Amino acid sequence: MAPSHAPQPLLKDELDIVIPTIRNLDFLEMWRPFFQPYHLIIVQDGDPSKTIRVPEGFDYELYNRNDINRILGPRAACISFKDSACRCFGYMVSKKKYIYTIDDDCFVAKDPSGKDINALEQHIKNLLSPSTPFFFNTLYDPYRDGADFVRGYPFSLREGVPTAVSHGLWLNIPDYDAPTQLVKPLERNNRYVDAILTIPKGTLFPMCGMNLAFDRELIGPAMYFGLMGDGQPIGRYDDMWAGWCTKLGSYAQITADPIDGSEQLGVCILYDEMQVITDHLGLGVKTGLPYIWHSKASNPFVNLKKEYNGIFWQEELIPFFQSTSLPKEANTVQKCYLELAKQVRAKLGKVDGYFNKLADSMVTWIEAWDQLNPPKGGVATANGALKK
Amino acid sequence: MRGSRSSSPGFVRPCQRCRQASANTKRAWVAGGAGIEGQRGVVQPRGRGALLPAEADIKGARDPDLGQMRPPSLLSLTLDSALLRIAHIADLSNLPDHLVIDLFRRTLSAGKLTEKVLKLFLATGCEEIILAVKLLNIKQPLVPVLPTNKEVDIVIAALQPNLATFFEAWRPFFSRFHIIVVKDPELAEDLQIPSGFDFKVYTKSDIDGLLGATSINFSGHSCRYFGYLISHKKYVISIDDNCLPAKDAGGLTVDAVHQHMVNLKTPATPFFFNTLYDPFRKGADFVRGYPFSLREGVECMLSCGLWLHNADYDPMTHVVKRNQRNTTYVDAVMTVPLGAMMPVSGINVAFNRDVLGPVMFPGLRLRKEGKHRWDTLEDVFNGLCAKVVCDRMGYGVKTGLPYVMRSDAEAGKALESLKEWEGVKVMDDVLPFFQTLKLSKDAVTVEDCVKELASIVRDKLGPQNAIFTKAADAMVEWINLWKSHGAQSALIWSDACYRVSIIVRNTCFHF
Repeated sequence: MAPSHAPQPLLKDELDIVIPTIRNLDFLEMWRPFFQPYHLIIVQDGDPSKTIRVPEGFDYELYNRNDINRILGPRAACISFKDSACRCFGYMVSKKKYIYTIDDDCFVAKDPSGKDINALEQHIKNLLSPSTPFFFNTLYDPYRDGADFVRGYPFSLREGVPTAVSHGLWLNIPDYDAPTQLVKPLERNNRYVDAILTIPKGTLFPMCGMNLAFDRELIGPAMYFGLMGDGQPIGRYDDMWAGWCTKLGSYAQITADPIDGSEQLGVCILYDEMQVITDHLGLGVKTGLPYIWHSKASNPFVNLKKEYNGIFWQEELIPFFQSTSLPKEANTVQKCYLELAKQVRAKLGKVDGYFNKLADSMVTWIEAWDQLNPPKGGVATANGALKK
Repeated sequence: MRGSRSSSPGFVRPCQRCRQASANTKRAWVAGGAGIEGQRGVVQPRGRGALLPAEADIKGARDPDLGQMRPPSLLSLTLDSALLRIAHIADLSNLPDHLVIDLFRRTLSAGKLTEKVLKLFLATGCEEIILAVKLLNIKQPLVPVLPTNKEVDIVIAALQPNLATFFEAWRPFFSRFHIIVVKDPELAEDLQIPSGFDFKVYTKSDIDGLLGATSINFSGHSCRYFGYLISHKKYVISIDDNCLPAKDAGGLTVDAVHQHMVNLKTPATPFFFNTLYDPFRKGADFVRGYPFSLREGVECMLSCGLWLHNADYDPMTHVVKRNQRNTTYVDAVMTVPLGAMMPVSGINVAFNRDVLGPVMFPGLRLRKEGKHRWDTLEDVFNGLCAKVVCDRMGYGVKTGLPYVMRSDAEAGKALESLKEWEGVKVMDDVLPFFQTLKLSKDAVTVEDCVKELASIVRDKLGPQNAIFTKAADAMVEWINLWKSHGAQSALIWSDACYRVSIIVRNTCFHF
């Protein structure tokens, strides 16, 4: 069960808020009551000579392109430029256990009763309570007040697994792709769905980086947002890429049947062959609450240009992710990721040369990560993130 | 009659007077003549005999000698005022009978005798009114049975005899559909079902008569599967008999039938999870990153609804959290992703019978299966089989809306069920089996899938627990029954339609 509230903000010293920005940070004024106790990492994209004004009273560190180049040296090439994918530099440089990332056009939303939603608090609750990826609970999050596991839910699975990612949603401007934005320019998301649910094992989903929290120690290295933006043929697919890699890395193992000889016992049923996805880390991904208020609709024509390649490539990517498998030796996130990079090069390189570059940058990213976060010896196993 | 009508508000017990005067009354009422059809088929009397005194009172008597109107009395005006508000009056039993009678006359002559008002008067117990209703042949109208939907059957398993509250509450949503009521073979009492529905009750004798000797046990909650078998509509909706319509977050009553049909008739999206849930709902769409090739979706075959108030928990949870009630209305429908397994609850479910019928069977029966939902796992096992088959055949399963309001009836008894509750271990054996299941390429129809499933269940799960061997037998038996009765009833129906159409065609031709 999720721990009861302490009067002081939860995880005050264990969570960093990472904000990529290119304009200003005025939106922080609205978040002040919720964010002020926490440390901010601001990643300034675009022109480094511009000064980003941070409102008074926040404890923050700010990195612009020059800082990124200085810190990473030649490895800085893996960090995107002129795209919010640059936020993953913030993940790398943080020293905390948890990360919350939010866009600078996201504001505090209100729940149906009119009360302001403390999105950060809800994300923390999500991360600190278990996930249930092996069996779908029809009453959604069983650890929520007022809910539980339904009849038929196996008792052996009711402990759940640690939650690695909490994916929040958005009211007002929905996160649509460019064609949908062009067809439905006036559509607003007004539906408050009062649920948090675990994405089932073996299921991919489009992860949006606008309102996202994760356990950096468990899954940080997999949250590479790819090579996007300036100089790259694709934009606005950064968080998608991170999501698919992360989700792949977090599929959980059910039981290892030694008689079978094969330790691969996840299930992915697609096409006629049943391929198996292994995950040695045993982690969960949640989606749903909290909502934030997304205020800025980006220009759909600009978006269309950025996303154009992505729309076609994702058709190839999805089968790739759904059919890929990881070897037993990949028992840390970094190793899984390097293995994935190899497979990207091998299987997607033929789709476009971009994927070779991407594979290279994935390797660079892991090197940079390890440089800034020297690995503790041994296997990074997932012990319970539950705090009692 | 004038004598018995006193304008003074005495509290003499007029009932005795009524009895004595009943003969007079009869003459008086009958003298009023045959009635005309009034509102809602209630016969209204016409004629001056019975009404003269009241009329005079209402309008003021014209004294023929004096040639001027006598003004209406205060009492008369009060009764007029009551008449204006007659539709809103809840109870007349405090009025002395002679006033009730007067009011009744005025109501008749004003043409305001609706069914509700008639009930109001009858509830006072005044014998003169009851007599008058009989003499005037005022009949309580039958609620008309509307022509019913050709695509959908509603199947209700009757595990309790008194279904009046249930049907009255669901009337606005059920009245357009044919309802198959299957009475639990172990229920002794007769069922009470109000009028105004197109329903048919099937009892133990119908089940035995149609199916003969069968290894499938249709008792308890499993009786509804008989309803699935003999229905010949394309869609079936089934709701437990202790559930009423729920209210959504805005306070509006949810039409669960309509929502299930929407779920079944819009595509499902099992291949990729949409974070805004059902993309086909108004106000929602596929999010950025959702592959375009997957946006057409697949046909949804199974719609699993949810429950407010008394949620579908196992008995342990009922005992530990006996005061917990589900009050969260989650305004979402979502597709259960491919490969993901879920516990389907039979409390509030709808499916495409044409396609999925062969896999909607009562397979798993716990040894101590009882009448409470938590004593059963037949729907959960059935749901797992159905999900595997849907995944295999490329169909979709949705979960979420609609909600129904499930009553507390069972909550207290959970502790008794725990003593020998087999269900604790069963799911732990069952789930890994379903998650590693692989159906062969030869299984191309739903029936094939079920047959194959049955043999795998027998081989892999049978050795662990005899209830699985029985389940496998039941699955095979179901396919046989489906061949002889399930699929056939659709054929018989369409065959009958065909024959009728030939007759009609030939008849018309001769014209």
